[in-house]
Amino acid sequence: MAEILYLTELLGLKVFDLKGRVLGRVRDAAIVPLIDPQRVDRFLIGGSGYAWLTVRHDQVQRISLNGIQLRDEILTPFHNDEYMLRLGRDLLDQQIIDAQGRKVVRVTDVTFNIDGSELKVLEVDVGLRSVLRRLAQGILPRHWIRRLQEPIAPQSISWQFCNIVEPDPLRRLRLNITHDFLEKMHPADIADIVEELGPEDREAIIASLDEEVAAEALSEVDPDMQASILEALETEKAADIMDEMDPGEAADVLAEIEDERADEIMHEMEAEEEVNELLEFAEDSAGRLMSTEFVSLADDATVSVAVRLLKENPESIEALQAIYLTNGQQLTATVPLARLLLASGETSLMKLAAENSTRVKVDAKQSRVVELFDKYNLLELPVIDASGRLVGVITADDVITLLREN
Amino acid sequence: MFRRLKYHIAVFFSVIGPGFITAVVDNDAGGIYTYSQAGAKYGYLPLWTLLPITLLLIVTQEMCSRMGAVTGKGLSDLIREEFGLRTTFFMMAILVVANLMNVMANFAGIASSLELFDISRYYSVPAGALIVWLLVVKGTYARVEKVFLFATVLYISYIVAGILVKPDWKQAALYSVKPEFMFEAGYLTMLIGMVGTSVAPWMQFYLQAAIVEKGVGAKEYAESRIEVIVGCVVMTVIAFFIIVACAGAIGSVAPRDIKDAADAAQALKPFGTYAYLMFAAGLFNASLFAACILPLSTAYTVCEGLGFESGVNLGFREAPIFYWLFTLLIVLGGGVVLLPSFPLIKAILLSQVLNGILLPLVLVFMILLVNKRRLMREWTNSRVYNIVAWTAVVVMIGLTLALLAISVKQLGG
Repeated sequence: MAEILYLTELLGLKVFDLKGRVLGRVRDAAIVPLIDPQRVDRFLIGGSGYAWLTVRHDQVQRISLNGIQLRDEILTPFHNDEYMLRLGRDLLDQQIIDAQGRKVVRVTDVTFNIDGSELKVLEVDVGLRSVLRRLAQGILPRHWIRRLQEPIAPQSISWQFCNIVEPDPLRRLRLNITHDFLEKMHPADIADIVEELGPEDREAIIASLDEEVAAEALSEVDPDMQASILEALETEKAADIMDEMDPGEAADVLAEIEDERADEIMHEMEAEEEVNELLEFAEDSAGRLMSTEFVSLADDATVSVAVRLLKENPESIEALQAIYLTNGQQLTATVPLARLLLASGETSLMKLAAENSTRVKVDAKQSRVVELFDKYNLLELPVIDASGRLVGVITADDVITLLREN
Repeated sequence: MFRRLKYHIAVFFSVIGPGFITAVVDNDAGGIYTYSQAGAKYGYLPLWTLLPITLLLIVTQEMCSRMGAVTGKGLSDLIREEFGLRTTFFMMAILVVANLMNVMANFAGIASSLELFDISRYYSVPAGALIVWLLVVKGTYARVEKVFLFATVLYISYIVAGILVKPDWKQAALYSVKPEFMFEAGYLTMLIGMVGTSVAPWMQFYLQAAIVEKGVGAKEYAESRIEVIVGCVVMTVIAFFIIVACAGAIGSVAPRDIKDAADAAQALKPFGTYAYLMFAAGLFNASLFAACILPLSTAYTVCEGLGFESGVNLGFREAPIFYWLFTLLIVLGGGVVLLPSFPLIKAILLSQVLNGILLPLVLVFMILLVNKRRLMREWTNSRVYNIVAWTAVVVMIGLTLALLAISVKQLGG
């Protein structure tokens, strides 16, 4: 079985030259992710009276718990370079994202695998066991510490799931950090991670995501934080993300942002006009709650027309509850989507309309909306303007969000 | 223009909470005892210290809330990142013990205040502990904060008590601005004690964590700063009325030492049942409030600093250390008050000693952190602010060390 070495043990480990004399002790270790994401590429060693030296991985003869034996002792003085991830400085005690556990954790120690002359990062340790190691490091002998920690269950994250948080995009590139794994996560999980980070890291992560994913994730973030993230992003990026959001939601976020900055962002948006109109509604009105995305048809249409329309716009169907019928001007009826399933193609949609066509005025209070949802057990509620024209819909999801906020 | 003002007012109300709560909880059972004692023994004379205390409090609280808003990280997080795990662990260990003693003092406050209403401590303390535990474990941060904000309103009872006693307002006003020095050991101890109870290490951790939890960012920071300042001023106003009430009722009639804060309430009886009731109810509220916040804040701080899962939004299974620590602090803190022979006064003195050791460290770390450009970007202290802050810190450290010496002496003697 391969032997394990902890970073707490590596730091301070003696380095021997060809004649077996002690050259110095390990001060830090670095990996160069662009070359190998796992292997320790160099050891930084220091002794008494000289500056730090760099030991490359190919200069090592053998690594053991008792020290590092060199095969080549022509060492170069240490100089910092940007492609290097220093485990002691950049990783220890810092926050990383655990992509598997989908949360933010703080690194207490790192576990390596000794593979002959090479050291490979195996996992990152968090929790009580590693805290004990850190506290006892240098105070108690190594084998005592190893024995003491035994009864405590280890808590570790496999290195492949560890994602370093780096706000500087250039350094992110040099360290080969991508946030691809985030795009595969549920937006709500991304939101949880984002909420746990500091503002700089938060903005960096959102900025690095695809706009659509960013918009979905942001929708799940606490409203105050949404505003502060978008405010900090570049105007164009912020506008692109907001364009991916539902206009109603975008309007809500914009209302939280200070006027001047909000105007700037809005100006860059494609949905500028739509959002602007929504912003005209009072803050606690139905108009501010509604989404302006819905499917409506003329009230003399048949089922086959409706089905054809939906087939042409497959993306609209995802959260669709109902089709709305209008006489060209006013909303006349609501057809629950499920009723289409049982009807033949020639049936007039009007025949399938819900008996009870509840609707709400755009300037109605939001408390009224909640009442209606509760009273009629609604999934969706159409919103009309003063002339009876359909302008938006409110979904049960919007109402749940509203209730949770209050 | 008006829209702008409206925006700022809206932001102010959305950030209200952390700064206000922290400053007001500062007047916990220990604080109330210190102020009552000051008024009972020396009348209106100590009032002048409140102005410098307010300034000290504002400077320290402001730095913490700024760090929270800009970095989005708690103070224990930052100490861990910048000064390492061992330093953090050392500080956390002291903090846990010191806060445990503080929790005890506040459960003792719950017990003695309710005993004034003829409720035995064998009912009041377990009930109090259960309320505290349930509130936090079953609540969400937003709801808990609302309860806390409501509790801060109840501090008005001290203002009412102060007015009912009909103190000598002219003297009160005069001594609020006229520094009065007496080189007498008791008087000096009292002055130091007043400053010492007003800036406690746990507050810095709690405030910064609460600012972060609330999601206050650098943008809303201007409003948050106002909130912190208002909170500190309110805290001073309450302290003023406590001192004035005791000065009017005890200090100016027959100055004496009081046994505990409940003793002060008793002394208000001749001034009407309401004054007495208000003072006793205020003590109960303050003790319960602090007994809620201290264990919670301790558990948060320790878990964040050491990297354990924490948060009331997680379950017992997800954050076991957080919940165990929180529960243990309440059970131990409440439990010892029920032991007939527990040396509570010694425990409180010990907590002052530990706070005295911890506070200089915390304050120095705070100034070092707040001046790191890498963390704070353009939000570091200005040069003038640094002079004020360092002066405040040096004064605080000097006074705390003096209090430390006095407490150690009392502990030994």
